[in-house]
Amino acid sequence: MGLQSYIAERKRGKDILVMAHVVCGYPSFEENMQELEIMAEAGVDLVELQFPFSEPSADGPLFVHANEESLKAGTTIDQCFKFMAEVSARFPFKVLMMGYYNTAFKMGEERFVERVKEAGGVGYILPDLPVEEAVNLHRLSEEAGIEPIILMTPTSSDKRLAKLGLASRGMVYAVARKGVTGSKTNMGDDVLALIERCRQHTNMPIGVGFGISSKSDLDFLRGHADIAIVGTAALKIWKDEGAPGLKTFFAELMA
Amino acid sequence: MDIFDFSDGREGYYGEYGGVFLPEILQATIEELLECFRECKADPTFWQEYVALLQNYSGRPTPVTYLENLSRELGGAQIYVKRDDLNHTGSHKINNVMGQGLLTKRLGKKRVIAETGAGQHGFATATMAAKFGFDCKIYMGAVDVARQRPNVFWMENLGAEVIAVEDGQKTLKDAVNECMRDWVTNMADTHYILGTACGPHPFPEMVSWFQSIIGMEAREQILAQTGRLPNRVYACVGGGSNAMGLFQGFFDEPNIELVGCEAGGEGVGSYMHSARLAYDDASVGVAQGYKTYFLQNEEGNMNETHSVAAGLDYIGVNPIFAHLHDQGKVRFEAATDAEVKETLKLTMRTEGLIPALESTHGFVVALKEAATMSKDEIVLVNMSGRGDKDIFTIADALDDSKWKRFIEGKADQYRRERG
Ligand SMILES: Cc1ncc(COP(=O)(O)O)c(C=O)c1O
Repeated sequence: MGLQSYIAERKRGKDILVMAHVVCGYPSFEENMQELEIMAEAGVDLVELQFPFSEPSADGPLFVHANEESLKAGTTIDQCFKFMAEVSARFPFKVLMMGYYNTAFKMGEERFVERVKEAGGVGYILPDLPVEEAVNLHRLSEEAGIEPIILMTPTSSDKRLAKLGLASRGMVYAVARKGVTGSKTNMGDDVLALIERCRQHTNMPIGVGFGISSKSDLDFLRGHADIAIVGTAALKIWKDEGAPGLKTFFAELMA
Repeated sequence: MDIFDFSDGREGYYGEYGGVFLPEILQATIEELLECFRECKADPTFWQEYVALLQNYSGRPTPVTYLENLSRELGGAQIYVKRDDLNHTGSHKINNVMGQGLLTKRLGKKRVIAETGAGQHGFATATMAAKFGFDCKIYMGAVDVARQRPNVFWMENLGAEVIAVEDGQKTLKDAVNECMRDWVTNMADTHYILGTACGPHPFPEMVSWFQSIIGMEAREQILAQTGRLPNRVYACVGGGSNAMGLFQGFFDEPNIELVGCEAGGEGVGSYMHSARLAYDDASVGVAQGYKTYFLQNEEGNMNETHSVAAGLDYIGVNPIFAHLHDQGKVRFEAATDAEVKETLKLTMRTEGLIPALESTHGFVVALKEAATMSKDEIVLVNMSGRGDKDIFTIADALDDSKWKRFIEGKADQYRRERG
């Protein structure tokens, strides 16, 4: 089943889905697995597994640190794919690869698509790969039946959104504000206007990410976005309060 | 040859290198920049204003100096040096910075950010920002802040805020990442003054264009002084801006050999160097907004780099050079830290010139080769910066014991004063 129909099916039971995020190998693969268990139990619908990269220039401080520490601990791409395979076999949620383009470029685009697919991934998010540069990768993905997730942003012109809309598959990732991952976003008219603009250019379900951290953010997006994307907030809780904290966080978020 | 004619290729590509690999959020900003740059490049009054600014503010044209003593001593080719060290702030970096400053005004932006390695580019940017009235933030790896305090001192006193970047290797590449993070947040009022001919299009073309003033001047000057063109032209290559600047004066001459001199650090096989093209350790990748040769592992994560010269200590190289290297149009050599120290002593003693450690890499290769050439041949070397203001680094590199005692005395004095 493709990502789009998976999302449609999950949405029959609830009015907004949740996508969560872990950085592979940080703090460790064991802890990643514990986090994912909590996420699955809470009913998270999608998870991005970030493959660590040495130059994570679209990430904020917490994820930068996570990428760095994971690589320092010796995390390899093989380990990430192996972990991805375990995770997608074990949990009901769908899994996406998230990372930087050099990871795919260095192993070869064909091999990359093959490996995501073999590991049970339904798609990937490569924030530093603009659509102009993604033509071949998107074609390979289409053939393999996995989805490249396109990002739409508040600074994208209508002309640009139209172009992005044409390339969108599975779902669209709407970036709620300028900046890097991590800091808080004020949920307000700007975000609603962005979702509205995205809808004009794509029929794909829309996930909103960057700075989503609470139930009130989720309530705000309910009825507007299809998916709320939670990244840094969950990692921060895990670091500060461990498993009990993360359980409470997701229980409250998804209540 | 017009390497910037993209009409039968892809815009911003040099062979398979270059391009724009940025987060979607910056797409509009980079388009706006490209449009503004195209206007400036097409407008002859912009270039006139740029040249006048550099003449009146930075002392251009910088001279070409004949190294009579060294040429005699080595007994080979006649050695000439382009003196970009004589610029205000002490290096060629000011050329690019003044150009992008004028462009920032056209963009209507009020704030500039820049990465810096050696501190020269940050120093030049802080100077320009003070003159033009821009807010200015400089990102610098914490390791570089520690080894380049004098430049940090000047940047801060010129009114810039200097941020020590604590991520990654805490050097130039990490400062670039931090600039990207600032830019994706503040692009509405901020221009990113990238300091070398790297990064996403149009930066490699734009920085090369501003630096081409070096080559234009040098070509005329060497013709005026010697009545002919040089046989070989040398410049150090960090990101590649001073080398692109000088080489552009000679690209159309098939008989002139262009030699890029990279940082060999501790040498071949040491994995402690920054030689992307001269050694075989780099491979093609995509990072920091563009595609080129990077010093990276098989999984695409960047390796540690090293050079005695902070300004050459970088993972990637200008995509134009990656292409010209493939085509055999520019030859790449490396100079090791040890060779740089020896050559610096030699140029000081025989010519009274103090090149920056970065620039000395070009001298190492040029002097080595000049010695094997004939007396009626000519070599031209770019002295991209001066070393006297990097006295701390150079005194360290030369392991000068009297200097160390002086610093110890100073430290004691400060401690006593603090009481
Ligand atoms: C004096 C000097 N020369 C050369 C460089 C290297 O840069 P590029 O290769 O862009 O000229 C630097 C960089 O900081 C520098 O300060």
